[in-house]
Amino acid sequence: MTDAAMSTTAVKAGGPVNAVLNRLVIIVPYLWLLFFFLVPFLIVFKISLSQTAIAMPPYTPSFDLSEGIGGLLSGLKELSFDNYVWLTQDPLYFNAYVSSVVIAAVSTLLTLLVGYPIAYGMARAPTTIRPTLLMLVILPFWTSFLIRVYAWIGILKPEGLLNQVLLATGIISEPLIILNTYTAIFIGIVYSYLPFMVLPLYSALEKMDYSLIEAAEDLGCPPIMAFWKITFPLSIPGVVAGCLLVFIPAVGEFVIPDLLGGSQTLMIGKTLWNEFFANRDWPVSSAVAVILLLILIVPIVFFQQAQAKAQEQGR
Amino acid sequence: MKSLGSIRRSFAPWNDPNAKPYIRFENVTKRFGEFTAVNDLTLTIFEREFFALLGASGCGKSTLLRMLAGFEEPTSGRILLDGQDLRGIPPYRRPVNMMFQSYALFPHMTVEKNIAFGLKQEGMPAADIARRVAEMLKLVKLEQFAKRKPHQLSGGQRQRVALARSVAKRPKVLLLDEPLGALDKKLREETQFELMDLQQELGLTFVVVTHDQEEAMTMADRIAIMDKGQVMQVATPAEVYEAPTSRFVAGFVGNINMFEGKVADRQANTVRITGPSGAEITVENAGDAAAGADVAFAIRPEKIRVSSKRPADAVNALQGEVYDIAYLGDMTVYHVRLGDGQIVRASSLNAQRVTEDPLTWSDSAWVSFRPDAGVVLTR
Amino acid sequence: MNQTWSRFNVTSVFLGLAFLYLPIVLLVIYSFNESKLVTVWGGFSTKWYGSLFQNQGLMDAAWVTIRVGLLSATVATVLGTMAALALTRYTRFRGRMLFSGMVFAPLVMPDVITGLSLLLLFVAVGFDRGFVTVTLAHITLTMCFVAVVVQSRLLTFDRSLEEAAMDLGATPVKTFFQVTLPVILPAIVSGWMLAFTLSLDDLVIASFASGPGATTLPMKIYSQVRLGVTPEINAACTILIGIVAAGVIVASVFNKRREVQRLRDEQAAQRG
Repeated sequence: MTDAAMSTTAVKAGGPVNAVLNRLVIIVPYLWLLFFFLVPFLIVFKISLSQTAIAMPPYTPSFDLSEGIGGLLSGLKELSFDNYVWLTQDPLYFNAYVSSVVIAAVSTLLTLLVGYPIAYGMARAPTTIRPTLLMLVILPFWTSFLIRVYAWIGILKPEGLLNQVLLATGIISEPLIILNTYTAIFIGIVYSYLPFMVLPLYSALEKMDYSLIEAAEDLGCPPIMAFWKITFPLSIPGVVAGCLLVFIPAVGEFVIPDLLGGSQTLMIGKTLWNEFFANRDWPVSSAVAVILLLILIVPIVFFQQAQAKAQEQGR
Repeated sequence: MKSLGSIRRSFAPWNDPNAKPYIRFENVTKRFGEFTAVNDLTLTIFEREFFALLGASGCGKSTLLRMLAGFEEPTSGRILLDGQDLRGIPPYRRPVNMMFQSYALFPHMTVEKNIAFGLKQEGMPAADIARRVAEMLKLVKLEQFAKRKPHQLSGGQRQRVALARSVAKRPKVLLLDEPLGALDKKLREETQFELMDLQQELGLTFVVVTHDQEEAMTMADRIAIMDKGQVMQVATPAEVYEAPTSRFVAGFVGNINMFEGKVADRQANTVRITGPSGAEITVENAGDAAAGADVAFAIRPEKIRVSSKRPADAVNALQGEVYDIAYLGDMTVYHVRLGDGQIVRASSLNAQRVTEDPLTWSDSAWVSFRPDAGVVLTR
Repeated sequence: MNQTWSRFNVTSVFLGLAFLYLPIVLLVIYSFNESKLVTVWGGFSTKWYGSLFQNQGLMDAAWVTIRVGLLSATVATVLGTMAALALTRYTRFRGRMLFSGMVFAPLVMPDVITGLSLLLLFVAVGFDRGFVTVTLAHITLTMCFVAVVVQSRLLTFDRSLEEAAMDLGATPVKTFFQVTLPVILPAIVSGWMLAFTLSLDDLVIASFASGPGATTLPMKIYSQVRLGVTPEINAACTILIGIVAAGVIVASVFNKRREVQRLRDEQAAQRG
């Protein structure tokens, strides 16, 4: 694969040493990602076609490289789609996929609804305090994800702070059961992923020329209408980027449903984790991962192209 | 009749005491925190006038325009449009439209949609909108670009879209904020005349903000020269150039030579001014300069003659030495250093291909001018 | 522009920030709770911090995490910067689509997939799982974040600076180290910090990639959290938050100072 990086358009003059150095910049990260990112997926795919075995590693064929080509070929014959068939037979998996996608979609929408006013308010703030606001939004993102999710347990549980406040103020008479429900998962996702939504929205709104709004008003458009006709359409790249940044990881989310959702809620990341760590069924969990990846491949490619496009425009 | 400059105007409502003001700023002040952008300003603009606000950046001209458009409210004072007080009326209900310096074209809409935007807000029927948009596109010669988006247009084309969009609603007043600022020199000159034609054709009142004096001189019926939130002079381009009323205006517009001195004596409209080095100048049209007052005598370079000998008939002549010469083709600019060190700029038109009295660097030279060639400034 | 910051905008920003910070603040407050019951306030105490430092398991995990973080962030910064250079400087090379895909995809890839696939790789090639494998996994994940941060800075980089350096006789290598690198250094530093905190933070990938003897702090915290909320964990979290907050604040104050100084210098230069 090294030749993949060989033809460059912009090889600067400076002798063969520099040409090699130029190429190293491409080759080293390229090879790293091939080996640690792409190849592992191929292995996942291969193992998803294997049989479960009580051994280490717990699957066959294991493709022992010492057996050479012959071993490889004989191994190929043993591959089967049994694990995928198994996924379709047990409704647990199908339900987990559907509920993951639904939960991710709903929470993405909620995050957008919560994040848009924040990003808008930030983008309209005086220029002097904008960097500070930006830092305040990013700061929680630097603190541990696990800790932030964990903090919500103390707030949401039946004897937690939220219920204490609501009971004390007389708004409710019985503690609300929020922890270990889908509501808790929504709260957790909105909370954890909010910066991912706010930042692209902010950057789209912030670079918008305010004179466009003035022009719309000058031409007879009241402020609310100007928002829907000018501001919102122009922020759509930010909306798309933000939604993808939330939706894609949320579908496969494990920590949030595990800590806040309890045992009654169903999400595919948790299913995969349990299949792997509790049942030690590597081939089935690989198959689960392959299907999850297939579900996400469209939004991921979409995200990647949006990124590339944004990069082109930034040029 | 003697007139300043070479143009005799038939359209001059500002000289008619019965003319009705169309736009009126009355004691308008605008403060942003500590900063006073516009300071107790009073100004009248007439219907169908092409009015220019000229000044350096930060002089308050854009704030004035934005107050008229409704983006800013005056801190005190009031603004009247056609007799109606504009206070409290939001921009989207004002019968004025603005052409923005950045053009502010909506990037997600085609040229057509941009032009139609204001008409849609009025709830105009679709068929009428289509007709008006077509008319506007024809007006600015962009018929074949109707379906393009702003980023697919050149700078000049964008400028014309912005113009078409802002006049599409037939506003009572069109406000133009540095309308030609983003264009290159050649395009700017062409567009100046297009704007003037358009204003004539549509019969609108134009208020244009610019920092480019040439642009203001070319296009405007009258110019208000602004400094530090105040109007220094409101006059026709010729008056501003030939009869500035203050040192600021004289120095701001075009090149000028300024001689500081004291009025020695005054007889009728003629004064004698003595400079610090004792040089003496006689000037007609003395204005309000009284004997003993500190004044400046201001004279344009093209009204000064440079010669190697003192002209026999000259009333005012000062001797010096040629310090620098710039040959510009159509004219030659001389810098003559006088005895007291002051540099005088004089330009002479190269009407002949050969000069009889050629001057060169370090030659002794005389600068001379008629008594009515300059103005006396007390402010 | 002189638009005022409307009440609606102030309110939405304020509520948004309150939502972001309230849980963290509560967590910090309750780490000083005397009572063992996390939700009942029993008076101020720092005893949980004391018992935290007695907890050998947590201390070991913290040490592992810090070593993994430092090592992986450093390698990831080098690789990520190279990737960013490759993406911005070479607009066309064979396999560029695949390359940029591999850089952007890990940003959004669910951790369970990345973790599982890396584990299966390590098993397939016969790597013993432990410190090294966690570090390799974290390098792979975080180098992509570094690449994105550095790339956004490179996109606004004025190439004529490099051309000027070469015009003045600097070789491309010297140009890179003496001109390009100093200019993009702030982005590289923030890339490193991002990589470090991501590594510090990661639970899922580490759980897959790690083996005996290489339990990271998030793994330790997770296993204790599953047993219930304890003030000791609150204390551990508070310390982590404190470290990160201090780091970020110091960095931003430093940046701000430099920025203010630069503005002052520019103004002084213009006056002079």
